[in-house]
Parts: sequence; structure tokens; C-alpha cells
Amino acid sequence: MTHFVQTLISGLSLGSIYALIALGYTMVYGIAKMLNFAHGDVIMVGAYAAIVAGSMLGMPPIVAILISVVVCTILGMLIERLAYKPLRQATPLAVLITAIGVSYLLQNVALLIFGSGQKAFPTLFEIPTITLGEVVIDGITLITLVVTAIIMVGLTLFINKTKMGKAMRAVSEDKEAAGLMGISTNRTITLTFAIGSALAAVASIFYGATYIYVKPTTGAMPGIKAFTAAVFGGIGSIPGAMLGGILLGVIEQFSKAYISTLWADAIVFAVLVIVLVVKPTGLLGKQVNEKV
Amino acid sequence: MKKKTKKTSNFSKNLITVIMVALLYAVVAVALYTGKASRQLSNMLIPISAYIVMAVSLNLVVGLLGELSLGHAGFMSVGLFGGCLLSIALADVLPVAVRLPLAMLAGGLVAAVFGLVVGLPALRLKGDYLAIVTLACGEIIKNVITNLKFTGGALGLDTSPVYSNAKTLLPFAIVLVFLTMIVMMNLKNSKYGRAIMAIRDNRIAAESTGINVTYFKLAVFIIAAFFAGAAGTLYGHFFANVKAASFDYNMSIEILVIVVLGGMGSVRGSIIAAIILQALPEVLREFADYRMLIYSVLLIVIMLLNSSPKFAEMKGNWSIGSVVKLAKNKKKSKEAAENEQ
Repeated sequence: MTHFVQTLISGLSLGSIYALIALGYTMVYGIAKMLNFAHGDVIMVGAYAAIVAGSMLGMPPIVAILISVVVCTILGMLIERLAYKPLRQATPLAVLITAIGVSYLLQNVALLIFGSGQKAFPTLFEIPTITLGEVVIDGITLITLVVTAIIMVGLTLFINKTKMGKAMRAVSEDKEAAGLMGISTNRTITLTFAIGSALAAVASIFYGATYIYVKPTTGAMPGIKAFTAAVFGGIGSIPGAMLGGILLGVIEQFSKAYISTLWADAIVFAVLVIVLVVKPTGLLGKQVNEKV
Repeated sequence: MKKKTKKTSNFSKNLITVIMVALLYAVVAVALYTGKASRQLSNMLIPISAYIVMAVSLNLVVGLLGELSLGHAGFMSVGLFGGCLLSIALADVLPVAVRLPLAMLAGGLVAAVFGLVVGLPALRLKGDYLAIVTLACGEIIKNVITNLKFTGGALGLDTSPVYSNAKTLLPFAIVLVFLTMIVMMNLKNSKYGRAIMAIRDNRIAAESTGINVTYFKLAVFIIAAFFAGAAGTLYGHFFANVKAASFDYNMSIEILVIVVLGGMGSVRGSIIAAIILQALPEVLREFADYRMLIYSVLLIVIMLLNSSPKFAEMKGNWSIGSVVKLAKNKKKSKEAAENEQ
């Protein structure tokens, strides 16, 4: 039983990280109708930014976190401006290949700057572990869960209650009509990228703090898995990304604990394939009818 | 009448490609068998041939069908392990000349079956979803092969019993490359090829003219996977040990880069790009470190130039071939301007 609860908690923690990344995918997909392949690598950049600020420059943890968030936000906006904006009218294939190119560019720039070796993530949080009966909860796990919950509530409020959130929903519903209503579509899309990348930075902090080691390809796997989570929950749907992320994290940790660590990745991807085949719209996604 | 001239021009274009490749292989073969080829060249021959087959077959999916497959290395991997396992089993029974074609056929068929398995769910999807499913399938294949016992597990499959050097493998490589090339060229110019391109350009319109989209999509996946598998088997025979982990998503991207750089839908472009991109890191060692960085920049730049309205005046498919053409045109217009003066 203890083992079960322990696995569940670590699953929730990993799932929260996935959910934070999946939010970026799902928001961008909802608004720009594109799969931002480079999103996973933004996480890697965020982690390196925290390492540079926290370990190399010896800044206090809170400053390091802020720097990581700022770097990622700017990077996300920059990528959107330079690579994706010129391709607004292009075919999905062209956009997707460009996104893959951006992803590779980030990985290889990181490879040139930091080398292929692993870098240790600085200790940003010093929170004692909590013991509840026989269940031991890491401090970082607790923080991950709490902060993710706060972010999710905040984001839901932002999307549903503020004017900018309303604009975002309008653009994702119908870009042209939103434009006619006086909403700046370009600014809204850039804002979406900024928010998504900032969330990725937060995810990178938790990822780094949990798994300690960072290398240039660190972002790729969580990125793909988070995309899986976004599809699982229904791409374009914000509650869907949260639900999908957490479910996927729990599934992964349970397959690691009860089946085999070696097969965990295959199981996660099999979930993706099955979801896409059985219910391509995901758990909470909307059915979109194709117009002729 | 107009149609006829177009056909002949397509034919002569393909003929030029075939002759070009034939000449290239003739030169290389002469060098190899007279012992004049350097170690470096003979080490590159088989991998480059395999990459040509991979790129041309992926071009069928990306260029002709217009769908992105990110699991091409996975098909290569299953074909490699299927073909090499058969080859190892038959190593003492059959001579190379019989065993290798058999193994390549078997590898191709195994990969084709996987193409069918991946293609079936993928039929319901398109665009980004299809790309991500093929990526997931490629990763699943990698993961499963790495964890199975009979494929050698994480240590890799010991293919040393069937290892052959470049001299033995080259004839088979040449046959495979030509086979792939000719199949792709004929397919592209056939009724089926036009149907596939119609699906790419407008699926709904194609469907309404009675083209069976499901059938063609599946066929494209299976054919591409078949050749990838055959190329994988050839590739596997050139090494004494193969690991499934090296046939990952990065390799699929590398093949995609070749296809995009060579020009989507162009068989000749894929061949030229495969040779250049595979030979460059071997020839220029310093380049090897920056290889992936340059690839990624190339991908972005080609896509931006190709698809952005900003560069619409420069439109035309940006690839190696069109750059040459552009240079020619510029030269011509320069000459014309000089003549006017």
C-alpha cells in the first residue's frame, strides 16, 4: 500500500511537470493551429538558464528562477516572430518541418555552448522531506504539486475572466472574425507563445530540481511526452492538458513501478497511439467537423 | 500534343538521373575493384547507398503524399533486424549471393508489415497527428527491439557472422538503389502517382473524383516502409554489430533533412542531397561537429524561403537543382543585358 501511494505521489509530481509543458502545447495549438515542436527544447533552455544563473553566477534561487522564466518567455516570443510568423499562411507540413528545425537548432546551440556532458542543476529549494506514516514526500514534490495547482487555477481564471484571455479564446475560435472585432491576432498569438514558454520555464525548474542532471537533449523526451499528454486530454483544451498531463505522469510511474522501467516509454507512446486511434479528439477535446 | 512533350521531358529527366547515378556507381565500382579506392571511400559507399534508398522512399511519403513521417528510421530498424536475423540463420547454408537478396526481401517485407500496422491507425489522422503517431511508433519500435532478447537487447545484435565488406555488398547496393529509383520514378509518372499527388493537393477534391484515399495512403506507407526495410538489411550487413538505439528519432530527422534539402518530390534531388550530406561530414572532419546545427538552420531557411509570402517573388522550389537553375537564369539575363548594350 505504501508503495502504491508513493508511486501515486511521484506520478502526480511527474504528471504536474507534463501538465505544465502540455499547457504550452495545447494553447499554441489552439490558437496558431500548429504543433510547436521546439516547445520541449524551451524547457532545456530554461534549465540551462537556471544553471548559469544559479550555479555559475551564484545568484540567489529566486533570481535564478526569474531569469529562467524571463529567458524562456523572450525565447518563445523570438521563435514565434522569426520562424513561425512568416509561415502563417503556409501549409501545415512547412510549419511542422520549420518547428523541427527550430527544435534542432536549440539543441545544437546548447550542445556547442555547454557540451554534450551533463550539468548538475543547482539546489534552488531547501525543503525538508515530509513523512506521513510510512509515506515519504520529497519537499520538491510537494512544491511541484502546490505550484502547479496554483498556476492552473490562475491560468483558468486568466483565460476565462480577463480581457486578454477572452481575446485568446476568440482567436482560437475564429482568427478572421476575431480580427474583425478589433483583436490584434498577431499580438494575441505572441502572448500565447510567451505564456506557454513561461510555463515551460517553470516546468524546467521542477524538472531540473527533481532529476538533477541536464543535457542538451533533456527537453526532447518530456516535450514529446507532454505533447502526448496534450493529445490525450484533447488538444486545444486547457483542462484537457492538465488532466492528460497528470494521467500520463501517473501511468508512466506506475508502469515503471509495476511493469518495468525499460518498457515505460513504449507504454506511454502506446497510450498516445491508442488514444489517437480510438478517440482522436482526446478526453476533453471538441469534435471538429471538416468543412468542404 | 502538349501532353506528349511533357511526357518525353519527364522521361528524359528521369533518364538523365538514371545515367548520372549509373556513371557515378561505375566510377566508384572501378575504383573499388581495382583497389584504387581509399579506405574512406569504401567505408562510405554502403551507408550512402542505404541513405539514398531511405531518402527516396521517405520522399514518397513527404513529397508525393504530403504527409510527414517521423518514424522512417523505425522501419529501417525492423527491416534491419528482420533481414539480418534471417541472414544469420542462413549464414552456413546459403552463399552471400543468394542469402543477401533473400534477407533484403525479408527485411523489406517485415518493414512493410510494420508499415501496414503503423499506417492503419495513421489513416484516420493527418498532418501533425500523423507525424506524432509515426514518431511514437518509431520510438516504440526502438524500445521494443532494445528490450527483446533475440535481437541482442541493449548490447545490440551481433551481425559479425554475416558481415560483408564493401566489395561484396556494392553490387547489391547498386541493384537496390536502381530498383528504388525506378519504382519511384515510374510511380510518380503513373496514374497512381497522380492520384497520390491529388490527395496531397486536395484530399476532399481527390476523394470526390473517386480516388480511394485510404488505399493510396496505405500503399504509400507500405512501399516506403518496404524500401526502408531493405535498405536497413543492407546497412546491417556492413557492420559487425547493430544497436536499435541508433535508429531513433534523430535519424528519421536526418533523412527528412535530406528529403527537404533535395526538394520534396524530387528523386534526383534526394539522391544528390543524400550523397552530399553523408559525404560532407566524412570529408570535412571539422564540419562534423556543426553538422546538426547546419542541418537545422538549412531546414528553417529552406522552409521560410519556400513557404513565406515575403519571399514569394523568389518562389520556385528551393532546392539544389533550382539554385543551379537560378544561377543559370541570372547568367542568361546578364548575357542578354550585355547583348542589348
